[in-house]
Amino acid sequence: MQNFENLSLEFENALLAVDRSAARDVLLKGQKDFSVAQLAEHVISKAFERIGKAWDDGDIALSQVYVSGRIAEEVVGEISPPSEKLYVDQPIIALALLDDYHMLGKRMVSTILQASGFVVLDFGRVEADELVARVKAENVQILLISTLMLRAALQVKKTCDLLKSASPHTKVIVGGAPFRFDPELWREVGADAMGYNAADAVHLITDMMEDLS
Amino acid sequence: MTDTTFTSLERVLTSLQQKEPDRVPFFLLVTMHGARELGMSIEEYYSKAEYMAEGQIRMRERYGHDCLYGFSYASAELEAFGGKTFFFEDGPPNGAAPIIFSADDIDKLEKPCVLDQPSLTRVLDAQTLMKERIGDEAPIIGVVMSPFSLPVMQMGFEKYMDLILGEPDVLERLLAINEAFCIEWANAQLAAGATAICFFDPISSSTIISPQQYRATGFKSAQRTIAKINGPTATHFASGRCLPVINDLVETKTAMIAASVDEDLGDVKGAANGRLTVFGNLNGIEMRRWTPDQTETIVKDAIAKAARGGGFILSDNHGEIPWQVPESVLDAVSQAVHKWGRYPLDWIGN
Repeated sequence: MQNFENLSLEFENALLAVDRSAARDVLLKGQKDFSVAQLAEHVISKAFERIGKAWDDGDIALSQVYVSGRIAEEVVGEISPPSEKLYVDQPIIALALLDDYHMLGKRMVSTILQASGFVVLDFGRVEADELVARVKAENVQILLISTLMLRAALQVKKTCDLLKSASPHTKVIVGGAPFRFDPELWREVGADAMGYNAADAVHLITDMMEDLS
Repeated sequence: MTDTTFTSLERVLTSLQQKEPDRVPFFLLVTMHGARELGMSIEEYYSKAEYMAEGQIRMRERYGHDCLYGFSYASAELEAFGGKTFFFEDGPPNGAAPIIFSADDIDKLEKPCVLDQPSLTRVLDAQTLMKERIGDEAPIIGVVMSPFSLPVMQMGFEKYMDLILGEPDVLERLLAINEAFCIEWANAQLAAGATAICFFDPISSSTIISPQQYRATGFKSAQRTIAKINGPTATHFASGRCLPVINDLVETKTAMIAASVDEDLGDVKGAANGRLTVFGNLNGIEMRRWTPDQTETIVKDAIAKAARGGGFILSDNHGEIPWQVPESVLDAVSQAVHKWGRYPLDWIGN
């Protein structure tokens, strides 16, 4: 019987080596003993937790996190139908870029979440009013907001204020450079949590899922 | 607030020679605050060279810092390539949609002529006005986006990352156009009155690409470009880390490097080892909530870590102080530098 930790380390090494074939082989090997859902939760997510931390610590570059996400998304798509919900009781999750054209952060969060087994609605680039309307219409339970500029980060406050009346049950997770550089900012704008890197989204969502259940 | 021993220019030049002037030089890289100073919107402020020049002069009079910042907004360069800019009431102008969507678009891309672009000539005119007013009293810092970082605005971050990682030949074609433009734009600023050029290159930072990727891409482009800029350059990674590539930066022949708040200022100064002047690394995002006491402590700490022996200019870590940073914090930064920045800095313990 294989163990999750070894598989996860192998998977992480394959991603950082940009070895798509090796990453796929690790998951195929893991499938002999585990379901895809188990691999997503214990192998892929854990690999991204370490990759995200390595970026936080300055040990790897954003480009390596980005490529890792792309590879993982591809190989998971090969071993599991893309629309299959790996978390049966997953809440409705949406992701948006607020008031900016820099899509990379949102894209990275999206790839890592999907590779980790989550189904995510992508609202693209939106402004606060439109975002709140879509959250309400889609009954979103967890909303992830990516920002790059301080001005956009401060716009999250407007979004959170509007959500209080439009969709009070929705939890908001924020991420992006302004929040990294000012660790108090996410509380100031009324978010429920903040991710230091794209991979943080996975454990923040799983924590919230426990709270919601 | 005045210093009488050295002019700002002499102070900065002395520090660049790795020697100690009368006090630690500091650059408050305030852009939009000039609009507030003049009582107008940010968009109106950037619409006339006279406003930008007046704003810079007034802010230096207020804070007593050691440069004028001859910079408008980054997407002025995107406008030169046919793009558009969004203006806001409470933040920096931001580039609108990208202008490059495919390799074909890169093949068709032409280098704009700097002197034909109103968004750029306004900056040149502002620098000329600043030079007429300030003479040799203080340096005027011009700004270019590096050829390697400009494509984030031209293409969008995600598409550009795919290009860097997957299409080296197409990347080289784009860099060739951007390098020619960057050299022309930098030299036009030096001719207009700028003393030095801040070479903004965030994509080259080790926060964004690995040192190996940098050496294969941004490093070579920076070397080619800086070699043809007719004046000193200061490389700025706009909050990104520089330590892993600091030896490469020396080889680009840049004179200064901006340190990230993610890095220890003392470590960066030590690694620069007299080969580069270090500037930074006050946290511009967090700065908006600093109290005067906190500001004094942070400024004092930065001086203690990096100012001995010269080769250091105190500045923020991003290259632009946010609109939301109150004037009271900038006053506190200035007061702290004037209080704790007097050489020979005997108050610093061993």
